[in-house]
Amino acid sequence: MKILQIIWEEFIGMFIDDGALALFALALIAGVSLAVKLAGLDPLIGGGLLLLGYLAILTEGVHRFAKKKRG
Amino acid sequence: MDNLTTISSTILTSFLASFVEIVEAFTIVLAVGLTNTWRSAFTGTALALIVLAALIMVLGPLLQLVPLTALQFVVGVLLGLFGMRWLRKAILRASGYIPLHDEEKAFREETETLAKQRGLGRADYLAMIAAFKAVLLEGVEVVFIVVAVGSTHGLTLYASLGALLACVLVIGAGLLVHRPLARVPENSLKLVVGLMLTSFSIFWTGEGLGVVWPGEDFAIVGFFILLSAFSAIAIKMLKSSHVTVLKEQTL
Repeated sequence: MKILQIIWEEFIGMFIDDGALALFALALIAGVSLAVKLAGLDPLIGGGLLLLGYLAILTEGVHRFAKKKRG
Repeated sequence: MDNLTTISSTILTSFLASFVEIVEAFTIVLAVGLTNTWRSAFTGTALALIVLAALIMVLGPLLQLVPLTALQFVVGVLLGLFGMRWLRKAILRASGYIPLHDEEKAFREETETLAKQRGLGRADYLAMIAAFKAVLLEGVEVVFIVVAVGSTHGLTLYASLGALLACVLVIGAGLLVHRPLARVPENSLKLVVGLMLTSFSIFWTGEGLGVVWPGEDFAIVGFFILLSAFSAIAIKMLKSSHVTVLKEQTL
């Protein structure tokens, strides 16, 4: 059981390092998915939003960390 | 679909990602072998490989039950979280905000810990567990990358080939030099892998949502170039702000 726990913890840690970054990414994907599937947004525009969203989330993530480090 | 582009990018991504992970696991196994016994190092490694093989045998058939579109979407989302985590860390390391991963230091620390345990009755067992954990933990990441990168286009075999190639190369080089592979540019490799995984993620999440990307598979190359440009700018800006802070601190 300990092995399974180690694997599970490692597996979760693979995706969540900066909690806010993971949360923003999931929120972005959920938002775009809902817009495409329920609101009829053109999937290609949805894909574009996904790309721009990823860039924005990464910018926020590194900027937040650097700001915290600078104090 | 350009098969050659898909196959080569799958092998390359799997190779580079696995290479970085295997280098880290090798450092610990080497420390166990040199400080304790090679028997402990090999037993720990073999046991971890058995657990990983079992994991693949369970995951492989399970994934085949998932419809392709759903699989692309799920893999896309997971790769996005995984890839962006690597990318963020690599950007912060390249700009000096996080220290670079040092294999020599990791080797030294592991050797010191194992040397302290040498007098204990269970020293062999503890050394074996250290090798087991290192291979298992890094191996879980390799398994995920191989399965994720390979499964959506039915290229798991090619992805495995990339990982196997990395394994042979690291072990071969390691046995040759008999010391940690500290000169491997780990952060640059992690940056490239982060870029590749994030590019795949955008592509597959989009495909899972029904996006028909212009240029089909070549869109991945476009994402890679865009993300590379973004990362280069981010590193440059963060580096200059970091230097300014360091200068202010020294004044």
